[in-house]
Amino acid sequence: MAALHVLRPGARTLVQDMGFATGRGLGVPLCGVLDPETLLLLNALLDNPPGAAALELAMTAPVLQAVGGAVRIALGPGLAGRIRAETGEMRPIGPWQETTLAPRAVLELDRPERGAPALIGIGGGLDLPRILGSRSTCLAAGFGGLEGRALRAGDLLPVPDDATGAAGGRTLPPPPPLEGPIRVVPGPQDDSFGRAGLSRFLAAEWTLSPALDRMGARLAGPKLDFAPGRGADILSDGITPGAIQVPGNGQPIVLLADAQTTGGYAKIATVIRADLPRLARMMPGDTLCLAAVTVPEAEAAARARAADLRRAAATRRALMQDRVDEDALWRAALEGGMVDMTRPDHFPGALDDG
Amino acid sequence: MIALRLRALADRAVTIELADQAGTEAAARVAAVGDAVAAAVAAGQLPGVRDVAGAFASVTVHYDCIETSQKQLVEALKALIAPLEPQTATTGRVWSLPCAYAGTHGPDLPELSAALGLDTAAIIERHSAVTYTVLALGFLPGLPFLGDLPADLARPRRSAPRARVPAGSVAIANRLCVIYPWDSPGGWHLVGRCPVPLFEIGRDQPALLAVGDRLRFRPVTDAELNDISRDLARGARSPETFLAT
Repeated sequence: MAALHVLRPGARTLVQDMGFATGRGLGVPLCGVLDPETLLLLNALLDNPPGAAALELAMTAPVLQAVGGAVRIALGPGLAGRIRAETGEMRPIGPWQETTLAPRAVLELDRPERGAPALIGIGGGLDLPRILGSRSTCLAAGFGGLEGRALRAGDLLPVPDDATGAAGGRTLPPPPPLEGPIRVVPGPQDDSFGRAGLSRFLAAEWTLSPALDRMGARLAGPKLDFAPGRGADILSDGITPGAIQVPGNGQPIVLLADAQTTGGYAKIATVIRADLPRLARMMPGDTLCLAAVTVPEAEAAARARAADLRRAAATRRALMQDRVDEDALWRAALEGGMVDMTRPDHFPGALDDG
Repeated sequence: MIALRLRALADRAVTIELADQAGTEAAARVAAVGDAVAAAVAAGQLPGVRDVAGAFASVTVHYDCIETSQKQLVEALKALIAPLEPQTATTGRVWSLPCAYAGTHGPDLPELSAALGLDTAAIIERHSAVTYTVLALGFLPGLPFLGDLPADLARPRRSAPRARVPAGSVAIANRLCVIYPWDSPGGWHLVGRCPVPLFEIGRDQPALLAVGDRLRFRPVTDAELNDISRDLARGARSPETFLAT
């Protein structure tokens, strides 16, 4: 059976999928990738089921070798590097490009852009046991993924057999990124802050503080006050990724994938589903502004974004791997589908030698 | 039953508030609503609902807004809840869990003793005399929130949370008691240690305790704690042997 052999683990490389969807009643956090949009697109590019497991890395990338067979992979945004064949021959690889690691080939990636979390999709996903319907890693309780922990040098990640036959060489133009303020729906406890507190929260420019992890992104900005007679403490209630809790110091925390399932701090607002992936790609020092929307507006945005993603997934293009300059290919792919890659005359300069 | 309030978590979830304070009454309402929603989901009557989780006085319903809208979901939930009665029947199991209170196991006992005006022995006696009810699971996998802690043991959370509370710690704050199943940051007062694993992913039911279960703490010596830990570790004893007979 094919596998990925971990030659170097990277700073924090985790097996993740869409998370433990049904574990909250037991206190199991959602976990899963910080950026479900990219996971969905990489899986479409690789012809995987939408929720197949991928590797999420942060800060530094792992070095991986295909062993026991070929392994198809695809990189998410922010990642680029080289594939070193057993012969020593090197070829470049960039994001949004399906490619095959021949047996013994090594994937050597540069540090992810800005050190931000990034994804490596794997053809067929990973052949690891499912727990509560998921192969995600739950770091808080040490289960799921590979032995409930981040990857270590020497680990072997088994890849299912059905992944080893495909030719590779397709690309996918990602949908244009969403821009503008991060949209939130006030609540569930905006009443703890009063109108003035909420206005201040929405009007401020916030900076991501260095204390950023998979549990939450702490925001630094003006101190938020509580309404008269109200404080940070509430009777603990349910949490979802995107909920923004405000502890007694008045500095908000946007809860992310690994956040606990219940919390006892008032939550001033919740980031909408369409905008959470781009917030989860931000790094300390980045600034953001907020805008309030209603629940129906949030739901309409989620549906519009899901349609964008479906369109992008459907427009992935087949390319003959041995006839193209892959460096040119990924640069073109980076441009977000501005060229029609099925037409040689629209593809920048690499098909003449075929 | 009537929901006191419905609170939206954007386009991801709705929290149904059923009481204004924690306690067995609130837990009875939460259990009734949580079970009814879960049953309706299993029967295919609530399309788009992904997960249901109870807290002390509320139930949070997580949904996928591609498949349903919050407006439709809330209407369906209100109709579902209206005919329900609080779940008063105590169907849960009864547990007797060992707890070592002495020395390093209960590092906050001296401070509590001073704050409460009770000597350590009196705190231990009161803490182990109560039959607690599991009011909710949450925060961490398998972590039980136990009520009600006697009023004369109630203290607010510590002002400075610890960065690491060791797994197995028994801790109290306000009118509640918890057992930390995992090493975790924590702001509660540590009074003892319970060696019984509360969450094992390989089990059919990974969480040992369920909402509605009742439990008492049986004070044990250090030597007894070590024996029990060893027997549990080598499989000579299963967690189910701590069910009260």
